[in-house]
Amino acid sequence: MTKYILRRILYLFLTLFIIASITFFLMKLLPGTPFTNQNRLSPEQLKIVKAQYGLDQPVFIQYIRYIGGLFQGNLGTSFQFNNEPVTQLIGQRLAPSMQIGAQAMIVGTIFGILLGAIAAIRKNTWVDTLATFISILGLSIPSFVLAVLLQFYLAFKWHIYPVALWDNFQSSVLPTLALAALPLGNVARFMRTEMVDVMSSDYIELAKSKGNSNWQVVTKHALRNSLIPVVTIIGPMAVSVMTGSMVVENIFSIPGIGEQFVKSITTNDYPTIMGLTIFYSFLLILVILIVDILYGLIDPRIRLGNGGKE
Amino acid sequence: MEQVPKIPKEKFKLLNKQDNEASESLGTPSLTYLQDVRRRLFSNKVATACLIILGLIVLISIFAPAVAPHNPNAQKVEYSNLPPKLGNLNIPGFNGMQDMGGKEVDAYKQVGAPKGTYYILGTDYLGRDLLSRIIYGTRLSLIVAVLATLVDLLIGIPYGIVSGWKGGRVDTFLQRIVEIVSSIPNLIVVILMMIILKPGLTSIIIAIALTGWVTMARLIRAQTFQLKEQEYVLAARTLGESSTKIASKHLIPNLSSTIIIQTMFTIPNAIFFEAFLSFIGIGIPAPNASLGTLLSDGQKAFRFLPYQMWAPAIILSLIMIATNLLGDGLRDAFDPQSSD
Amino acid sequence: MERILDVKNLHVDFKTYNGTVHAIRGVDFHLNDGETLAIVGESGSGKSVTVRSVLRLLAKNASISQGEVLYHGEDLLKKSEKEMDNLRGNKISMIFQDPMTSLDPTMTIGKQVAEPLLIHNKVSKADALKRAEEVLRLVGIPNPKARMKDYPHQFSGGQRQRIVIAIAIVDYPEILIADEPTTALDVTVQAQIIDLLRELQQKIGTSIIFITHDLGVVAGIADRVAVMYAGKFVEYGSVDEVFYDPQHPYTWGLLDSMPTLNTSEQDRLNSIPGTPPNLLNPPTGDAFAPRNAYALQIDTEQQPPFFKVTKTHYAATWLLHPDAPKVTPPVSIQQRFKKYQAWLEGDVK
Ligand SMILES: Nc1ncnc2c1ncn2[C@@H]1O[C@H](COP(=O)(O)OP(=O)(O)OP(=O)(O)O)[C@@H](O)[C@H]1O
Ligand SMILES: [Mg+2]
Repeated sequence: MTKYILRRILYLFLTLFIIASITFFLMKLLPGTPFTNQNRLSPEQLKIVKAQYGLDQPVFIQYIRYIGGLFQGNLGTSFQFNNEPVTQLIGQRLAPSMQIGAQAMIVGTIFGILLGAIAAIRKNTWVDTLATFISILGLSIPSFVLAVLLQFYLAFKWHIYPVALWDNFQSSVLPTLALAALPLGNVARFMRTEMVDVMSSDYIELAKSKGNSNWQVVTKHALRNSLIPVVTIIGPMAVSVMTGSMVVENIFSIPGIGEQFVKSITTNDYPTIMGLTIFYSFLLILVILIVDILYGLIDPRIRLGNGGKE
Repeated sequence: MEQVPKIPKEKFKLLNKQDNEASESLGTPSLTYLQDVRRRLFSNKVATACLIILGLIVLISIFAPAVAPHNPNAQKVEYSNLPPKLGNLNIPGFNGMQDMGGKEVDAYKQVGAPKGTYYILGTDYLGRDLLSRIIYGTRLSLIVAVLATLVDLLIGIPYGIVSGWKGGRVDTFLQRIVEIVSSIPNLIVVILMMIILKPGLTSIIIAIALTGWVTMARLIRAQTFQLKEQEYVLAARTLGESSTKIASKHLIPNLSSTIIIQTMFTIPNAIFFEAFLSFIGIGIPAPNASLGTLLSDGQKAFRFLPYQMWAPAIILSLIMIATNLLGDGLRDAFDPQSSD
Repeated sequence: MERILDVKNLHVDFKTYNGTVHAIRGVDFHLNDGETLAIVGESGSGKSVTVRSVLRLLAKNASISQGEVLYHGEDLLKKSEKEMDNLRGNKISMIFQDPMTSLDPTMTIGKQVAEPLLIHNKVSKADALKRAEEVLRLVGIPNPKARMKDYPHQFSGGQRQRIVIAIAIVDYPEILIADEPTTALDVTVQAQIIDLLRELQQKIGTSIIFITHDLGVVAGIADRVAVMYAGKFVEYGSVDEVFYDPQHPYTWGLLDSMPTLNTSEQDRLNSIPGTPPNLLNPPTGDAFAPRNAYALQIDTEQQPPFFKVTKTHYAATWLLHPDAPKVTPPVSIQQRFKKYQAWLEGDVK
């Protein structure tokens, strides 16, 4: 297992390296310099600024420097925002994003599991139809549409929550709800399919033939077996929450990295875009790695099988 | 149990065996696979309803120039932000009335629009007809989705087939690429591409397709692996049929259900990305409308003119819901075990 | 001998996409205390459905449209679900067809074997685990104490089948229903499992319903045999009667296709030509008629009733009607008749 994890971590860095390289060269392909849309600079000033950022060097040298910096945890300096280091920029803004992201994942997963399990147990009844409809709504309505609707009704019209503000837990409720819809729909659907599958399996029949009541069959055998695979969709869910949070943070004026990313795009702040791209990829690969390890830990077939064969 | 029924003696004659063979073939006529799929799909009410809804939306989009009541980009600033009005019908929400300082006033009268002027879904801040913009916007979003999905198929299917068919080192190499591409969040790839390619229809399509093909390639690869070992494919291989011929004759038809089902999940994805990009301002450039730009415009005015957001939000959600449900229906129709 | 189980006129239907499948179309049988009844028949003939009806463990789309399942004279079909739960795994337990998928992959073996005891609140958890260990030893799992903590995937197919059997017998049931407990296993393991079941029967006095489509297995374990075809029984009697004095052409076909020690590899596969009828629209006459080389005109029109051969032996074929013509059964069957005749005479002497 340890060997497997070490190898996976190695892969993580390899993938990150490739992503960083691709991003770097893509950014270099862009025509013009990042400063053309800034306040006019005289040629001399421009030269100084370029030297300051190392942009007067050949591309290859810049590349080596950038990758070298990465290894020291340096993602470069922003062209905007007072030339702050990108790492610092991310550091300041990470907490709010993490908070609403984690809240959304937790809310979405818990309610998704409940919804999916209920649908599976009451398969082909109106309960199932209703649950399926709710999960389809969650999957289909884009988070930014939901965010705007929630903001309008719950905040602007009915004053239950603040419209756009970031201070206490209250202000995180609406963004969390807007972001939780998609994981909820995903988990509910996945859970339903898994559980329907499990419920029709031979071992459930055997459990029933032992004298377990229907409720005992569900709690002792069906739930655990259908929950284990749900772990596998946490990765994709994290991605969709990340995606959603870019606009949702904007709509609710939350000072998070998603909002920062969108801002950087609209201001052509390339170092920040690059830094955040690498950072987002890192987060994603990390989540997937953790999920895989977790899966191995909770599923005895993998835990006790041949350690870490892929 | 033991009572012996009275039966005429002649009934106890041995039958010629051949006679019986014929009666064996009696029974329910077996349907072909495709007929079966169609029957299952149409007996699914939800899927059928979705098919009809999507069909209507597609038809309206195709015939947008004929259906749209106004030019979607024609501005009439004096008629800006008019609420929805449906003829002279007095339906709340569609009667041209607007809340102004607590009083309901006829917004159309206020701007001095002549009698008989009405916009079913109202107008936007430049006085453009929202209904027409939504019709054209839906059309553009659908074009993006369909083209992106096509490109996606063109990359994903051959990639998956080659990877699955060749196996070995080729497969390992191709799968490494897939791994790397899929470990960057899709949206980031899309955004990077948009930054590099500059906003526009083609860029969006390329950007979306660049990330979308991975899922398709994965599915196709897995299935090709299975099909490769099927007897009829093995037979064709030993008979020395060329790879392209095997692919077109044996693989593609067997992969078609996977492709169709996956397409139904790629399309809403593409629609979502277009809307997302346009919403954050790097998608379809002005003055053209897409569902994303309409939502973005609508959101800005949403607090006071909610109708400007409602209509595109509903259409977008409707398309997403209908394609998702239709995808589910198709999957159940192709693979009945999956549902029951 | 007491009839511990008496099934009367059982009908089971399945609602499917294409219509109603009449899977069981009037089945009568009983199980005597302490005996082993074998049910044989081709795949799809309804063996599993029949025995599942006893425990009411049928799929959701199933309905028992008619019949009675009398257990000590009480109709199980009229019991509440709760009362059934009390019987299942306690008085009546079942061994399922597929050992590879019958065990919960995420629960340790010890817990799975002890579970019936705990459900029925018989003993403390520690005692239940101790008993589980004993039973695992009994069914031949080596080193059971240590292996109790293992998961199903850590056992071989044969071992898993033994574990499934252990689960079924841990509570010393009155009735053990074994649905093809050996089909998935290779021949040596098969023989071991059969021996095990026989041994257990002697030890704990269980009555067994043993399902198989392999007639070869039957002789070794059963007291009586019932032959099933297309949702009905066509012949039943003692093992000797059904094996050596078979009356139904379907039984002839089954026996004829059975490999014996002196058949060579080539002429082994004498299987019955044709396929079973579609039970969506069961035929009005004898369901076997289309495949029956000895079919009579009446077979196509009317289902045969059971004709009595001896006090214990019945067969549902018009050939036993006094008006039916005499037919010559296949050679292998004639040989059986001869052997049987010789025995009977030997017995007389
Ligand atoms: N859930 C179900 N839905 C529809 N038909 C069913 C269902 N379960 C069983 N059947 C039908 O009932 C008939 C009897 O099935 P059963 O499982 O009892 O066969 P079997 O004799 O046990 O066969 P095998 O030897 O293969 O186990 C079959 O024709 C089968 O198609
Ligand atoms: Mg069976």
